[in-house]
Amino acid sequence: MVEVPLGKDKIVVRDLSIYYGNVAALKNVSFSVKDREILGVIGPANSGKTSFLRAMNRLNDLDLSSRVTGSILLNGKDVNREMDAEEVRKKVTMVFALPLPLPMSIFDNIAYGPRRHGTRDKKRLEEIVEKSLKAAFLWEEVKDRLSSSAMKLSGGQQQRLCIARTLAVDPEVILYDEPCSGLDPISTAKVEEAMFELKARYTQILVTNNVKQAARVGDRIAFFLMGELVEIDEADKIFTAPRDKRTGDYITGRFG
Amino acid sequence: MRRLKELIIEKTILLNGFACIFFVVLIFFFLAKDGLALFRTISIRDFLFGQLWNPIAEPPQFGILPLFLGSFLVTLGATAISVPLGMACAIFIGEIAPRWMRELLKAGVELLAAIPSIVIGFVGMTMLGPMVKNIFHLPTGLTALTGSFALAFMAIPTIVSIMEDAISSVPRSYKEGSLALGATHWQTIYRVIIPAASSGIVAAIMLGIGRVIGETMAVMMLTGNASVMPRTILEPVRTMTATIAAEMGETVHGSEHYFALFALGLVLFAITFIINLIADAALHRKRK
Ligand SMILES: Nc1ncnc2c1ncn2[C@@H]1O[C@H](COP(=O)(O)OP(=O)(O)OP(=O)(O)O)[C@@H](O)[C@H]1O
Ligand SMILES: [Mg+2]
Repeated sequence: MVEVPLGKDKIVVRDLSIYYGNVAALKNVSFSVKDREILGVIGPANSGKTSFLRAMNRLNDLDLSSRVTGSILLNGKDVNREMDAEEVRKKVTMVFALPLPLPMSIFDNIAYGPRRHGTRDKKRLEEIVEKSLKAAFLWEEVKDRLSSSAMKLSGGQQQRLCIARTLAVDPEVILYDEPCSGLDPISTAKVEEAMFELKARYTQILVTNNVKQAARVGDRIAFFLMGELVEIDEADKIFTAPRDKRTGDYITGRFG
Repeated sequence: MRRLKELIIEKTILLNGFACIFFVVLIFFFLAKDGLALFRTISIRDFLFGQLWNPIAEPPQFGILPLFLGSFLVTLGATAISVPLGMACAIFIGEIAPRWMRELLKAGVELLAAIPSIVIGFVGMTMLGPMVKNIFHLPTGLTALTGSFALAFMAIPTIVSIMEDAISSVPRSYKEGSLALGATHWQTIYRVIIPAASSGIVAAIMLGIGRVIGETMAVMMLTGNASVMPRTILEPVRTMTATIAAEMGETVHGSEHYFALFALGLVLFAITFIINLIADAALHRKRK
């Protein structure tokens, strides 16, 4: 793991635009993400939040109609020009809106990533699975049924399983795309608690439709609107004294 | 008025559905009636395990083992060829090929399905047969293997289209979930997509085999039609279907030979029925 001093830039985004065909989903966005912070990304539907996350770990490559210009630097390296897609995705993993485990056992779900990256040793895998599940606050609930199907877990448990699964590949950055949109308040609280715990080690970017959630967990907040970055600042400032009127309007629920 | 119309349409559809089942049952009884008549004069054991099929001998021999083995060898060979090829093709179409090529390949595969089996038999006879003969230095190119090749081409469209369906109906989220963890495209195909599509894949293989076992024309032209106990896949064999097709015309209605061919048909029916059942079970497992 590349050690960037706390508070320094982990990710630098420069003039990033994302097009689907000729339609721009993100327009000339530049900002940076500090090491081991939680960046909350808020904005109304279609503002380009998901597109941004998918560009970050190059899942956009799968969509042949999409095109990315500008650059995203991870630890100073351009993810599109200086790194393989697999390398990027291992370092920058993603938790999706719908918690969808792979159709296999709980254990195999977590071990899936490490196995693909060459860990074969059974003892080592068991350690990783336990550690990851503990970090995602799921261990106590599933430790007696690791070999049962992950599809049988509840929605909230599945989402924490997905978080555990991303932790198991030992990433540097974790992206969340509305991870709690399908969860009840208690499960949501557990997921948020996990994020807090993970701050010690990981840089996290949380896209959420829930402004309150962004306020609860975000260190800094970015506000996207129609593919533009309107404002990015410390959470306190954004929520108490936003510089842009549109930010204030969105936060107080006057539009969007 | 609307209600009446609905009712009529509904009942018509229902009737059609029952008609299909009714015909299957009818065919089965027809087959069973004449087929089982054979066992008044010949024991089931001699029929199933007899090593000689010779209806014009004195007394006539109706042991289907050589025919069964002939069908088995040809089918085995065709399966061994068509499953890997079909699977690779389905994965390529479903996962790897760019969109324009995908459409082109799908059309090509459908075209392959539309070639009449007599044409495949014809091409096999003039090209495949001599090739097999030269490569393996055989006295004749009309062998089980030659039939296998031709049948593989007939099974591939079935296998590819059903497998491709199964592969492309694997939820996108499985694929993205795997890729997002840094797995490569191939790892994702091998570890996630194929297992998730496994029931459809099994069904595709089964239906492909069903297609091969029932095929008659091409095997009759290509396998040499020698009803002897085959030892290797490089010898002429005779399949069950080819036997029925070749001998039906020369039997006397109601003779022992006539009943024997029906009994053979009954065996064939049972085999395809079981294969379809397995395919069905596999597909049902998926839906659950
Ligand atoms: N695969 C795609 N193909 C074509 N257009 C797309 C694709 N994905 C997104 N878009 C378009 O890009 C724009 C931004 O979409 P995006 O999903 O990034 O928004 P979002 O901020 O995540 O919205 P939401 O809050 O609804 O999730 C939308 O106008 C959308 O229609
Ligand atoms: Mg989104």
